[in-house]
Amino acid sequence: MKIRKYVRILPGSVTVDGTPLAVDAAGADLLAELYRSFVKDYPKFFKMDVLCKLGVVATELLVMGEADRFTPREDRAVLLFSHSGPLCNDRNYQKTIAEDDFFPSPSLFVYTLANIVTGEIAIRNKYEGDTTAFELASFEPAPFVAAVRDAFEDRVTRSAICGWAEAVDASHFAAVMMLVDQDAAEGLDFTPENVEKIQSNQA
Amino acid sequence: MTEVKKVIMCAGNCLTPLGFTTEENFRAVAAGATGVRHHEGTFGLPEPFAASLFDRAAIARQAAAVIPGSDRGSNLFETLLILSIQDAVQRAGIDPASPRVAFVISSIKGNVEAIGEDESSVPVSVSAVRVASFFGNPNEPLVVSNACISGLTALIHARRMLQDGRYDHVVVAGAEVQSRFIISGFQCLKAVSPDPCKPFDAARCGLNPGEAAATMVVSAVDRVPEDAWELVDGATRNDANHISGPSRTGEGSYKTLRYVLAHCSTDELAFVNVHGTSTLYNDEMESIALQRAGLLDVPVNALKGVYGHTMGAAGILESLLSMQAVDAGVVLATRGFETLGVSYPVNVSNQNRTTGKRAFIKLLSGFGGCNAAMLFRKGGAR
Repeated sequence: MKIRKYVRILPGSVTVDGTPLAVDAAGADLLAELYRSFVKDYPKFFKMDVLCKLGVVATELLVMGEADRFTPREDRAVLLFSHSGPLCNDRNYQKTIAEDDFFPSPSLFVYTLANIVTGEIAIRNKYEGDTTAFELASFEPAPFVAAVRDAFEDRVTRSAICGWAEAVDASHFAAVMMLVDQDAAEGLDFTPENVEKIQSNQA
Repeated sequence: MTEVKKVIMCAGNCLTPLGFTTEENFRAVAAGATGVRHHEGTFGLPEPFAASLFDRAAIARQAAAVIPGSDRGSNLFETLLILSIQDAVQRAGIDPASPRVAFVISSIKGNVEAIGEDESSVPVSVSAVRVASFFGNPNEPLVVSNACISGLTALIHARRMLQDGRYDHVVVAGAEVQSRFIISGFQCLKAVSPDPCKPFDAARCGLNPGEAAATMVVSAVDRVPEDAWELVDGATRNDANHISGPSRTGEGSYKTLRYVLAHCSTDELAFVNVHGTSTLYNDEMESIALQRAGLLDVPVNALKGVYGHTMGAAGILESLLSMQAVDAGVVLATRGFETLGVSYPVNVSNQNRTTGKRAFIKLLSGFGGCNAAMLFRKGGAR
Protein backbone atom coordinates (compact mmCIF):
# COMPACT_ATOMS: atom_id res chain seq x y z
CA MET A 1 0.00 0.00 0.00
CA LYS A 2 1.62 3.22 -1.21
CA ILE A 3 1.12 6.94 -0.72
CA ARG A 4 0.94 8.04 -4.33
CA LYS A 5 0.70 11.75 -3.62
CA TYR A 6 0.36 13.96 -0.55
CA VAL A 7 -0.56 17.51 0.19
CA ARG A 8 -0.32 19.80 3.18
CA ILE A 9 -2.38 22.99 3.36
CA LEU A 10 -1.93 25.54 6.13
CA PRO A 11 -3.25 29.13 6.14
CA GLY A 12 0.14 30.40 4.96
CA SER A 13 1.61 27.56 2.91
CA VAL A 14 0.82 24.73 0.56
CA THR A 15 3.08 21.81 -0.28
CA VAL A 16 2.48 19.02 -2.76
CA ASP A 17 4.68 15.94 -2.37
CA GLY A 18 6.86 18.02 -0.08
CA THR A 19 7.45 20.76 -2.66
CA PRO A 20 6.14 24.23 -1.79
CA LEU A 21 3.52 25.57 -4.15
CA ALA A 22 3.84 29.27 -4.99
CA VAL A 23 0.74 31.01 -3.63
CA ASP A 24 -0.05 34.70 -3.19
CA ALA A 25 -2.93 34.60 -0.74
CA ALA A 26 -3.12 33.47 2.86
CA GLY A 27 -5.88 32.54 5.28
CA ALA A 28 -9.43 32.63 3.93
CA ASP A 29 -8.25 33.88 0.52
CA LEU A 30 -5.83 30.98 0.12
CA LEU A 31 -8.61 28.45 -0.47
CA ALA A 32 -10.22 30.77 -3.04
CA GLU A 33 -6.87 31.15 -4.80
CA LEU A 34 -6.37 27.37 -4.91
CA TYR A 35 -9.90 27.04 -6.29
CA ARG A 36 -9.22 29.59 -9.06
CA SER A 37 -5.87 28.05 -9.96
CA PHE A 38 -6.83 24.38 -9.95
CA VAL A 39 -10.57 23.65 -9.61
CA LYS A 40 -11.68 26.55 -11.84
CA ASP A 41 -15.20 25.62 -12.89
CA TYR A 42 -17.17 24.33 -9.91
CA PRO A 43 -19.25 27.28 -8.62
CA LYS A 44 -20.81 25.06 -5.91
CA PHE A 45 -17.49 25.63 -4.16
CA PHE A 46 -18.58 29.08 -3.03
CA LYS A 47 -21.61 27.68 -1.20
CA MET A 48 -19.43 25.38 0.89
CA ASP A 49 -18.19 25.92 4.43
CA VAL A 50 -14.46 26.22 5.08
CA LEU A 51 -13.97 22.53 5.94
CA CYS A 52 -15.53 21.41 2.66
CA LYS A 53 -13.56 23.99 0.67
CA LEU A 54 -10.40 22.73 2.32
CA GLY A 55 -11.22 19.09 1.58
CA VAL A 56 -12.22 19.79 -2.01
CA VAL A 57 -9.11 21.83 -2.96
CA ALA A 58 -6.80 19.37 -1.18
CA THR A 59 -8.38 16.51 -3.11
CA GLU A 60 -8.02 18.48 -6.35
CA LEU A 61 -4.29 18.81 -5.75
CA LEU A 62 -4.10 15.04 -5.20
CA VAL A 63 -6.03 13.84 -8.23
CA MET A 64 -5.76 16.50 -10.94
CA GLY A 65 -4.39 15.05 -14.12
CA GLU A 66 -5.63 11.52 -13.33
CA ALA A 67 -7.02 9.64 -16.32
CA ASP A 68 -10.84 9.32 -16.53
CA ARG A 69 -11.05 11.94 -13.86
CA PHE A 70 -14.84 12.27 -13.64
CA THR A 71 -15.94 8.78 -14.56
CA PRO A 72 -17.99 7.44 -11.62
CA ARG A 73 -15.97 4.92 -9.62
CA GLU A 74 -16.74 2.74 -6.63
CA ASP A 75 -13.16 1.66 -5.92
CA ARG A 76 -12.01 4.89 -4.31
CA ALA A 77 -12.84 5.67 -0.67
CA VAL A 78 -12.82 9.05 1.08
CA LEU A 79 -11.74 8.71 4.74
CA LEU A 80 -11.25 11.95 6.62
CA PHE A 81 -10.23 12.47 10.23
CA SER A 82 -10.52 15.46 12.51
CA HIS A 83 -10.56 16.37 16.17
CA SER A 84 -13.63 18.56 16.31
CA GLY A 85 -15.53 17.81 13.11
CA PRO A 86 -17.66 20.78 12.12
CA LEU A 87 -17.41 22.72 15.41
CA CYS A 88 -16.90 26.02 13.58
CA ASN A 89 -20.21 25.49 11.79
CA ASP A 90 -21.95 24.50 15.02
CA ARG A 91 -21.09 27.95 16.31
CA ASN A 92 -22.46 29.66 13.18
CA TYR A 93 -25.69 27.67 13.18
CA GLN A 94 -26.20 28.19 16.92
CA LYS A 95 -26.31 31.95 16.32
CA THR A 96 -29.36 31.48 14.09
CA ILE A 97 -31.47 29.79 16.79
CA ALA A 98 -31.27 32.35 19.60
CA GLU A 99 -34.48 32.79 21.65
CA ASP A 100 -34.97 36.36 20.52
CA ASP A 101 -33.70 35.95 16.97
CA PHE A 102 -34.87 32.57 15.68
CA PHE A 103 -34.17 32.12 11.98
CA PRO A 104 -32.54 28.69 11.58
CA SER A 105 -30.72 28.34 8.29
CA PRO A 106 -30.98 25.01 6.45
CA SER A 107 -27.73 25.63 4.57
CA LEU A 108 -25.82 26.37 7.78
CA PHE A 109 -27.37 23.36 9.53
CA VAL A 110 -26.36 20.89 6.84
CA TYR A 111 -22.71 21.82 7.27
CA THR A 112 -22.88 20.97 10.99
CA LEU A 113 -22.75 17.29 9.98
CA ALA A 114 -19.19 15.99 10.14
CA ASN A 115 -19.42 13.95 6.95
CA ILE A 116 -20.60 16.64 4.55
CA VAL A 117 -16.96 17.20 3.57
CA THR A 118 -16.53 13.57 2.50
CA GLY A 119 -19.82 13.88 0.62
CA GLU A 120 -18.73 17.05 -1.19
CA ILE A 121 -15.49 15.37 -2.26
CA ALA A 122 -17.47 12.35 -3.50
CA ILE A 123 -19.91 14.54 -5.44
CA ARG A 124 -17.19 16.68 -7.05
CA ASN A 125 -15.15 13.64 -8.13
CA LYS A 126 -17.96 11.08 -8.67
CA TYR A 127 -16.56 8.74 -6.03
CA GLU A 128 -19.28 6.20 -5.26
CA GLY A 129 -17.26 4.13 -2.81
CA ASP A 130 -16.93 4.21 0.98
CA THR A 131 -17.05 7.71 2.48
CA THR A 132 -16.51 8.00 6.21
CA ALA A 133 -15.80 10.86 8.62
CA PHE A 134 -13.82 9.77 11.68
CA GLU A 135 -12.77 11.73 14.73
CA LEU A 136 -9.71 11.13 16.90
CA ALA A 137 -8.56 13.11 19.92
CA SER A 138 -5.46 14.17 17.99
CA PHE A 139 -3.76 13.36 14.71
CA GLU A 140 -1.66 10.41 15.75
CA PRO A 141 -0.27 8.64 12.68
CA ALA A 142 -0.60 5.11 14.13
CA PRO A 143 -4.39 4.98 14.73
CA PHE A 144 -4.94 6.87 11.47
CA VAL A 145 -2.92 4.36 9.42
CA ALA A 146 -4.60 1.45 11.23
CA ALA A 147 -8.09 2.79 10.51
CA VAL A 148 -7.34 3.43 6.83
CA ARG A 149 -5.82 -0.04 6.42
CA ASP A 150 -8.95 -1.52 8.03
CA ALA A 151 -11.12 0.40 5.56
CA PHE A 152 -9.24 -1.32 2.72
CA GLU A 153 -10.85 -4.60 3.90
CA ASP A 154 -13.78 -3.47 1.75
CA ARG A 155 -13.42 -5.82 -1.21
CA VAL A 156 -14.05 -3.10 -3.79
CA THR A 157 -11.81 -0.36 -2.37
CA ARG A 158 -8.46 -0.05 -4.21
CA SER A 159 -7.48 3.52 -3.32
CA ALA A 160 -8.46 6.22 -0.85
CA ILE A 161 -8.34 9.96 -0.42
CA CYS A 162 -7.52 10.12 3.27
CA GLY A 163 -6.00 12.32 5.93
CA TRP A 164 -6.66 14.98 8.50
CA ALA A 165 -8.73 18.11 7.87
CA GLU A 166 -9.54 20.61 10.57
CA ALA A 167 -11.08 24.08 10.44
CA VAL A 168 -11.29 26.41 13.41
CA ASP A 169 -12.75 29.29 11.42
CA ALA A 170 -12.61 30.74 7.90
CA SER A 171 -8.93 31.61 8.10
CA HIS A 172 -7.56 28.99 10.51
CA PHE A 173 -7.39 25.49 9.09
CA ALA A 174 -5.05 22.63 8.35
CA ALA A 175 -5.15 19.67 6.03
CA VAL A 176 -2.71 16.81 5.63
CA MET A 177 -4.19 14.58 2.97
CA MET A 178 -2.93 11.81 0.75
CA LEU A 179 -3.89 9.46 -2.04
CA VAL A 180 -3.24 5.93 -0.82
CA ASP A 181 -3.26 3.16 -3.38
CA GLN A 182 -3.32 -0.58 -2.81
CA ASP A 183 -1.97 -1.42 -6.26
CA ALA A 184 0.61 1.32 -6.87
CA ALA A 185 4.23 0.30 -7.27
CA GLU A 186 5.60 3.81 -6.82
CA GLY A 187 5.34 6.03 -3.76
CA LEU A 188 6.07 6.11 -0.05
CA ASP A 189 5.00 3.10 1.94
CA PHE A 190 1.80 3.85 3.85
CA THR A 191 3.26 3.62 7.35
CA PRO A 192 2.90 5.73 10.51
CA GLU A 193 6.55 6.81 10.10
CA ASN A 194 5.95 8.20 6.62
CA VAL A 195 2.69 9.84 7.64
CA GLU A 196 4.54 11.47 10.52
CA LYS A 197 7.14 12.82 8.07
CA ILE A 198 4.45 14.21 5.78
CA GLN A 199 2.72 15.82 8.70
CA SER A 200 5.88 17.54 9.90
CA ASN A 201 6.93 18.42 6.34
CA GLN A 202 10.02 16.19 6.53
CA ALA A 203 9.05 13.76 3.78
CA MET B 1 -0.37 -15.28 6.74
CA THR B 2 -2.69 -14.54 9.63
CA GLU B 3 -5.99 -16.32 9.52
CA VAL B 4 -8.92 -13.98 9.01
CA LYS B 5 -11.14 -14.01 12.07
CA LYS B 6 -14.92 -14.21 12.07
CA VAL B 7 -16.78 -11.57 14.03
CA ILE B 8 -19.78 -12.22 16.29
CA MET B 9 -22.07 -10.22 18.52
CA CYS B 10 -21.00 -11.04 22.07
CA ALA B 11 -23.46 -8.92 24.06
CA GLY B 12 -25.53 -5.80 23.65
CA ASN B 13 -27.52 -3.11 25.33
CA CYS B 14 -30.37 -0.88 24.17
CA LEU B 15 -31.08 2.18 26.32
CA THR B 16 -34.18 4.00 25.16
CA PRO B 17 -37.28 5.72 26.56
CA LEU B 18 -38.92 2.26 26.36
CA GLY B 19 -36.38 0.42 28.49
CA PHE B 20 -32.82 0.18 29.74
CA THR B 21 -31.94 -3.28 28.41
CA THR B 22 -32.25 -5.00 25.04
CA GLU B 23 -34.80 -7.46 26.45
CA GLU B 24 -37.01 -4.73 27.93
CA ASN B 25 -36.91 -2.94 24.60
CA PHE B 26 -37.73 -6.01 22.58
CA ARG B 27 -40.71 -6.86 24.79
CA ALA B 28 -41.99 -3.29 24.44
CA VAL B 29 -41.60 -3.23 20.66
CA ALA B 30 -43.12 -6.67 20.19
CA ALA B 31 -46.11 -5.56 22.28
CA GLY B 32 -46.62 -2.52 20.05
CA ALA B 33 -45.35 0.23 22.36
CA THR B 34 -43.90 3.51 21.14
CA GLY B 35 -41.80 6.23 22.73
CA VAL B 36 -43.01 8.86 20.26
CA ARG B 37 -45.00 11.69 21.84
CA HIS B 38 -46.30 15.02 20.64
CA HIS B 39 -44.23 17.98 21.87
CA GLU B 40 -45.13 21.64 22.05
CA GLY B 41 -42.67 24.13 23.43
CA THR B 42 -40.07 21.46 24.26
CA PHE B 43 -36.53 22.92 23.98
CA GLY B 44 -38.26 26.30 23.55
CA LEU B 45 -38.97 25.48 19.92
CA PRO B 46 -41.74 27.52 18.30
CA GLU B 47 -43.01 24.68 16.09
CA PRO B 48 -44.50 21.49 17.55
CA PHE B 49 -42.96 18.11 16.75
CA ALA B 50 -43.33 14.44 17.64
CA ALA B 51 -40.29 12.76 19.17
CA SER B 52 -39.16 9.92 21.40
CA LEU B 53 -37.27 11.57 24.26
CA PHE B 54 -35.81 10.35 27.54
CA ASP B 55 -37.21 11.33 30.90
CA ARG B 56 -34.09 13.19 32.09
CA ALA B 57 -34.89 12.48 35.74
CA ALA B 58 -35.13 8.75 35.10
CA ILE B 59 -31.68 8.76 33.47
CA ALA B 60 -30.24 10.74 36.39
CA ARG B 61 -31.69 8.21 38.87
CA GLN B 62 -30.32 5.30 36.86
CA ALA B 63 -26.90 6.96 36.68
CA ALA B 64 -26.87 7.60 40.43
CA ALA B 65 -27.80 3.97 41.04
CA VAL B 66 -25.31 2.23 38.75
CA ILE B 67 -22.37 4.57 38.09
CA PRO B 68 -20.15 4.73 41.17
CA GLY B 69 -19.53 8.26 42.42
CA SER B 70 -21.74 9.60 39.65
CA ASP B 71 -21.78 13.32 39.04
CA ARG B 72 -22.43 12.85 35.37
CA GLY B 73 -25.97 14.20 35.23
CA SER B 74 -24.74 17.36 33.53
CA ASN B 75 -23.57 15.62 30.36
CA LEU B 76 -26.44 13.46 29.19
CA PHE B 77 -24.60 12.21 26.08
CA GLU B 78 -21.70 10.73 28.02
CA THR B 79 -24.03 9.41 30.74
CA LEU B 80 -26.07 7.50 28.17
CA LEU B 81 -22.95 6.02 26.61
CA ILE B 82 -21.57 4.93 29.98
CA LEU B 83 -24.87 3.38 31.12
CA SER B 84 -25.27 1.49 27.89
CA ILE B 85 -21.64 0.32 27.69
CA GLN B 86 -21.64 -0.72 31.34
CA ASP B 87 -24.57 -3.09 30.87
CA ALA B 88 -23.15 -4.51 27.63
CA VAL B 89 -19.62 -5.18 28.93
CA GLN B 90 -21.01 -6.77 32.11
CA ARG B 91 -23.13 -9.12 30.03
CA ALA B 92 -20.20 -9.83 27.72
CA GLY B 93 -18.03 -10.64 30.72
CA ILE B 94 -15.07 -8.81 29.22
CA ASP B 95 -12.56 -6.50 30.86
CA PRO B 96 -13.01 -3.11 29.15
CA ALA B 97 -9.64 -2.00 30.54
CA SER B 98 -7.77 -4.61 28.52
CA PRO B 99 -5.46 -3.41 25.72
CA ARG B 100 -7.06 -6.19 23.62
CA VAL B 101 -10.34 -4.24 23.68
CA ALA B 102 -10.98 -1.19 21.47
CA PHE B 103 -13.75 1.43 21.64
CA VAL B 104 -15.63 2.80 18.65
CA ILE B 105 -18.14 5.57 19.38
CA SER B 106 -20.88 6.65 16.99
CA SER B 107 -22.82 9.91 17.10
CA ILE B 108 -23.89 12.73 14.83
CA LYS B 109 -23.96 15.65 17.24
CA GLY B 110 -22.76 14.21 20.57
CA ASN B 111 -22.86 16.85 23.25
CA VAL B 112 -23.71 19.77 20.95
CA GLU B 113 -26.02 21.06 23.70
CA ALA B 114 -22.86 22.54 25.27
CA ILE B 115 -22.22 24.85 22.32
CA GLY B 116 -21.87 28.42 23.52
CA GLU B 117 -21.24 27.26 27.10
CA ASP B 118 -18.42 24.74 27.13
CA GLU B 119 -17.20 24.32 23.57
CA SER B 120 -14.30 22.08 24.55
CA SER B 121 -16.93 19.45 25.47
CA VAL B 122 -18.68 19.55 22.09
CA PRO B 123 -16.45 17.34 19.91
CA VAL B 124 -17.51 13.70 20.02
CA SER B 125 -13.81 12.78 20.14
CA VAL B 126 -13.57 14.50 23.54
CA SER B 127 -16.56 12.57 24.91
CA ALA B 128 -15.15 9.34 23.46
CA VAL B 129 -11.88 9.80 25.36
CA ARG B 130 -13.75 10.50 28.60
CA VAL B 131 -15.99 7.47 28.16
CA ALA B 132 -13.11 5.13 27.26
CA SER B 133 -11.10 6.37 30.23
CA PHE B 134 -14.10 5.87 32.53
CA PHE B 135 -13.74 2.19 31.65
CA GLY B 136 -9.95 2.35 31.99
CA ASN B 137 -9.41 1.48 28.34
CA PRO B 138 -5.85 2.28 27.18
CA ASN B 139 -6.52 2.54 23.43
CA GLU B 140 -7.38 5.70 21.57
CA PRO B 141 -11.14 5.54 20.90
CA LEU B 142 -12.25 5.97 17.31
CA VAL B 143 -15.30 8.11 16.56
CA VAL B 144 -17.48 7.59 13.50
CA SER B 145 -19.65 10.56 12.56
CA ASN B 146 -21.26 9.61 9.27
CA ALA B 147 -24.64 11.32 9.70
CA CYS B 148 -27.57 8.91 9.99
CA ILE B 149 -25.54 5.83 9.04
CA SER B 150 -22.94 6.36 11.80
CA GLY B 151 -23.94 3.34 13.89
CA LEU B 152 -23.77 0.96 10.97
CA THR B 153 -20.49 2.39 9.67
CA ALA B 154 -19.15 1.90 13.22
CA LEU B 155 -20.17 -1.78 13.19
CA ILE B 156 -18.73 -2.28 9.70
CA HIS B 157 -15.46 -0.73 10.80
CA ALA B 158 -15.34 -2.63 14.11
CA ARG B 159 -15.72 -5.90 12.23
CA ARG B 160 -12.69 -5.01 10.11
CA MET B 161 -10.68 -4.08 13.21
CA LEU B 162 -11.20 -7.60 14.52
CA GLN B 163 -10.46 -9.53 11.35
CA ASP B 164 -6.67 -9.48 11.65
CA GLY B 165 -6.76 -10.57 15.29
CA ARG B 166 -5.14 -7.51 16.84
CA TYR B 167 -8.09 -7.04 19.19
CA ASP B 168 -10.28 -9.61 20.92
CA HIS B 169 -13.30 -7.35 21.32
CA VAL B 170 -14.54 -3.99 20.11
CA VAL B 171 -17.09 -2.06 22.16
CA VAL B 172 -19.26 -0.26 19.60
CA ALA B 173 -21.49 2.32 21.26
CA GLY B 174 -23.72 4.95 19.71
CA ALA B 175 -25.87 7.63 21.27
CA GLU B 176 -27.88 10.67 20.32
CA VAL B 177 -29.32 13.35 22.55
CA GLN B 178 -31.95 15.57 20.95
CA SER B 179 -31.76 19.31 21.43
CA ARG B 180 -32.97 22.66 20.20
CA PHE B 181 -29.96 22.55 17.87
CA ILE B 182 -30.75 19.29 16.08
CA ILE B 183 -34.53 19.52 15.98
CA SER B 184 -34.57 23.12 14.71
CA GLY B 185 -32.11 22.05 12.02
CA PHE B 186 -34.23 19.18 10.75
CA GLN B 187 -37.36 21.34 11.09
CA CYS B 188 -35.91 24.07 8.88
CA LEU B 189 -35.07 21.37 6.34
CA LYS B 190 -38.80 20.49 6.46
CA ALA B 191 -37.90 16.96 7.52
CA VAL B 192 -39.71 16.76 10.89
CA SER B 193 -43.31 15.63 11.31
CA PRO B 194 -45.55 17.11 14.04
CA ASP B 195 -47.32 13.73 14.18
CA PRO B 196 -46.08 10.17 14.75
CA CYS B 197 -44.19 9.11 11.62
CA LYS B 198 -45.60 6.71 9.02
CA PRO B 199 -42.79 4.88 7.23
CA PHE B 200 -43.59 3.95 3.60
CA ASP B 201 -47.12 5.30 4.00
CA ALA B 202 -48.83 7.42 1.37
CA ALA B 203 -49.47 10.12 4.00
CA ARG B 204 -45.97 10.17 5.49
CA CYS B 205 -44.69 13.65 6.14
CA GLY B 206 -41.37 13.51 7.91
CA LEU B 207 -39.33 12.00 10.68
CA ASN B 208 -39.60 12.01 14.47
CA PRO B 209 -36.33 12.78 16.27
CA GLY B 210 -35.40 10.09 18.77
CA GLU B 211 -33.04 9.63 21.69
CA ALA B 212 -31.25 6.40 22.49
CA ALA B 213 -27.97 4.78 23.29
CA ALA B 214 -27.02 1.31 22.14
CA THR B 215 -23.93 -0.83 22.52
CA MET B 216 -22.76 -3.96 20.79
CA VAL B 217 -19.70 -5.79 22.05
CA VAL B 218 -18.33 -7.60 19.01
CA SER B 219 -15.71 -10.32 19.26
CA ALA B 220 -13.19 -12.13 17.07
CA VAL B 221 -13.62 -15.91 16.83
CA ASP B 222 -12.13 -18.67 14.71
CA ARG B 223 -15.49 -20.38 14.19
CA VAL B 224 -18.97 -19.00 14.62
CA PRO B 225 -20.84 -20.95 17.34
CA GLU B 226 -24.32 -22.30 16.47
CA ASP B 227 -26.12 -19.89 18.75
CA ALA B 228 -24.12 -16.75 17.90
CA TRP B 229 -24.92 -13.87 15.57
CA GLU B 230 -22.26 -13.29 12.96
CA LEU B 231 -21.56 -9.86 11.46
CA VAL B 232 -21.02 -11.37 8.03
CA ASP B 233 -20.03 -8.30 6.03
CA GLY B 234 -21.03 -4.73 5.39
CA ALA B 235 -20.21 -1.71 3.28
CA THR B 236 -20.65 2.04 3.07
CA ARG B 237 -21.29 3.65 -0.32
CA ASN B 238 -21.85 7.22 -1.51
CA ASP B 239 -24.49 8.39 -4.01
CA ALA B 240 -22.05 11.11 -5.19
CA ASN B 241 -25.17 13.08 -5.99
CA HIS B 242 -26.35 15.56 -3.34
CA ILE B 243 -25.36 16.47 0.23
CA SER B 244 -28.89 16.60 1.65
CA GLY B 245 -31.05 14.52 -0.69
CA PRO B 246 -30.87 10.85 -1.62
CA SER B 247 -30.16 9.63 -5.13
CA ARG B 248 -33.25 9.29 -7.35
CA THR B 249 -32.02 5.87 -8.41
CA GLY B 250 -31.09 4.67 -4.92
CA GLU B 251 -27.56 4.31 -6.23
CA GLY B 252 -25.52 4.07 -3.04
CA SER B 253 -28.15 2.14 -1.11
CA TYR B 254 -28.45 -0.36 -3.98
CA LYS B 255 -24.67 -0.76 -4.11
CA THR B 256 -24.51 -1.60 -0.38
CA LEU B 257 -27.28 -4.19 -0.82
CA ARG B 258 -25.49 -5.72 -3.79
CA TYR B 259 -22.31 -5.85 -1.73
CA VAL B 260 -23.85 -7.84 1.13
CA LEU B 261 -26.04 -10.01 -1.10
CA ALA B 262 -22.84 -11.54 -2.48
CA HIS B 263 -22.81 -13.50 0.80
CA CYS B 264 -26.36 -14.86 0.83
CA SER B 265 -29.40 -15.59 -1.28
CA THR B 266 -32.53 -13.48 -0.82
CA ASP B 267 -34.54 -16.48 0.40
CA GLU B 268 -32.25 -16.82 3.42
CA LEU B 269 -33.40 -13.43 4.67
CA ALA B 270 -35.99 -13.08 7.43
CA PHE B 271 -36.26 -9.38 6.53
CA VAL B 272 -34.47 -6.21 5.61
CA ASN B 273 -34.63 -3.76 8.50
CA VAL B 274 -34.62 -0.57 6.47
CA HIS B 275 -34.02 3.05 7.43
CA GLY B 276 -37.69 4.05 6.85
CA THR B 277 -37.41 7.53 8.30
CA SER B 278 -40.84 8.45 6.91
CA THR B 279 -39.53 11.37 4.91
CA LEU B 280 -40.90 11.56 1.39
CA TYR B 281 -37.51 11.12 -0.24
CA ASN B 282 -35.88 8.50 1.94
CA ASP B 283 -38.62 5.89 1.82
CA GLU B 284 -39.13 6.36 -1.93
CA MET B 285 -35.40 5.98 -2.53
CA GLU B 286 -35.25 2.83 -0.41
CA SER B 287 -38.09 1.26 -2.38
CA ILE B 288 -36.08 1.84 -5.57
CA ALA B 289 -32.92 0.37 -4.05
CA LEU B 290 -34.83 -2.69 -2.76
CA GLN B 291 -36.42 -3.21 -6.17
CA ARG B 292 -33.06 -2.96 -7.95
CA ALA B 293 -31.55 -5.45 -5.50
CA GLY B 294 -34.37 -7.96 -6.10
CA LEU B 295 -35.69 -7.65 -2.56
CA LEU B 296 -39.36 -6.80 -3.14
CA ASP B 297 -40.50 -10.23 -1.95
CA VAL B 298 -38.47 -10.17 1.24
CA PRO B 299 -40.28 -8.66 4.24
CA VAL B 300 -39.04 -5.21 5.20
CA ASN B 301 -39.64 -3.29 8.39
CA ALA B 302 -38.72 0.02 9.98
CA LEU B 303 -38.60 0.86 13.69
CA LYS B 304 -38.80 4.65 13.41
CA GLY B 305 -42.46 4.64 14.49
CA VAL B 306 -41.33 3.12 17.80
CA TYR B 307 -38.14 5.04 18.58
CA GLY B 308 -38.13 7.92 16.12
CA HIS B 309 -34.88 8.52 14.30
CA THR B 310 -32.19 7.85 16.89
CA MET B 311 -29.45 9.00 14.51
CA GLY B 312 -26.01 7.94 15.79
CA ALA B 313 -27.60 5.11 17.81
CA ALA B 314 -29.94 3.83 15.08
CA GLY B 315 -27.61 1.37 13.35
CA ILE B 316 -26.71 -0.39 16.60
CA LEU B 317 -30.16 -0.20 18.25
CA GLU B 318 -32.06 -1.45 15.22
CA SER B 319 -29.55 -4.25 14.57
CA LEU B 320 -29.80 -5.51 18.17
CA LEU B 321 -33.61 -5.50 18.08
CA SER B 322 -33.58 -7.25 14.70
CA MET B 323 -31.43 -10.02 16.21
CA GLN B 324 -33.91 -10.42 19.06
CA ALA B 325 -36.75 -10.52 16.54
CA VAL B 326 -35.16 -13.27 14.43
CA ASP B 327 -34.39 -15.22 17.61
CA ALA B 328 -38.08 -14.97 18.52
CA GLY B 329 -39.19 -15.88 14.96
CA VAL B 330 -40.77 -12.47 14.40
CA VAL B 331 -40.67 -9.82 11.69
CA LEU B 332 -41.52 -6.76 13.77
CA ALA B 333 -44.36 -4.52 12.61
CA THR B 334 -43.70 -1.21 10.91
CA ARG B 335 -45.64 1.02 13.27
CA GLY B 336 -47.44 3.87 11.52
CA PHE B 337 -47.66 2.22 8.11
CA GLU B 338 -51.14 1.89 6.58
CA THR B 339 -51.24 2.45 2.82
CA LEU B 340 -48.28 1.90 0.52
CA GLY B 341 -46.96 5.23 -0.70
CA VAL B 342 -43.76 4.42 -2.58
CA SER B 343 -43.11 3.53 -6.23
CA TYR B 344 -42.37 -0.16 -5.69
CA PRO B 345 -44.46 -2.68 -3.70
CA VAL B 346 -42.10 -3.32 -0.81
CA ASN B 347 -43.19 -6.14 1.49
CA VAL B 348 -44.12 -4.06 4.54
CA SER B 349 -46.76 -4.62 7.23
CA ASN B 350 -48.01 -2.88 10.36
CA GLN B 351 -48.49 -6.26 12.07
CA ASN B 352 -45.87 -8.57 13.58
CA ARG B 353 -45.31 -11.51 11.24
CA THR B 354 -43.61 -14.85 11.81
CA THR B 355 -40.39 -16.05 10.21
CA GLY B 356 -38.30 -19.19 10.39
CA LYS B 357 -35.28 -17.66 8.70
CA ARG B 358 -32.02 -16.81 10.39
CA ALA B 359 -30.43 -13.88 8.61
CA PHE B 360 -31.28 -10.22 8.02
CA ILE B 361 -29.88 -7.08 6.44
CA LYS B 362 -29.72 -3.76 8.25
CA LEU B 363 -29.91 -0.80 5.87
CA LEU B 364 -29.39 2.94 6.47
CA SER B 365 -28.90 6.14 4.47
CA GLY B 366 -27.87 9.63 5.46
CA PHE B 367 -26.93 13.17 4.58
CA GLY B 368 -23.64 13.57 2.81
CA GLY B 369 -24.95 10.99 0.30
CA CYS B 370 -23.87 8.03 2.41
CA ASN B 371 -25.53 4.63 2.66
CA ALA B 372 -24.66 1.48 4.57
CA ALA B 373 -25.78 -2.12 4.78
CA MET B 374 -24.71 -5.04 6.91
CA LEU B 375 -25.63 -8.71 6.73
CA PHE B 376 -26.16 -10.54 10.03
CA ARG B 377 -26.54 -14.30 10.17
CA LYS B 378 -27.17 -16.70 13.00
CA GLY B 379 -24.39 -19.28 13.27
CA GLY B 380 -25.01 -22.66 11.77
CA ALA B 381 -27.59 -21.30 9.31
CA ARG B 382 -27.18 -21.82 5.57
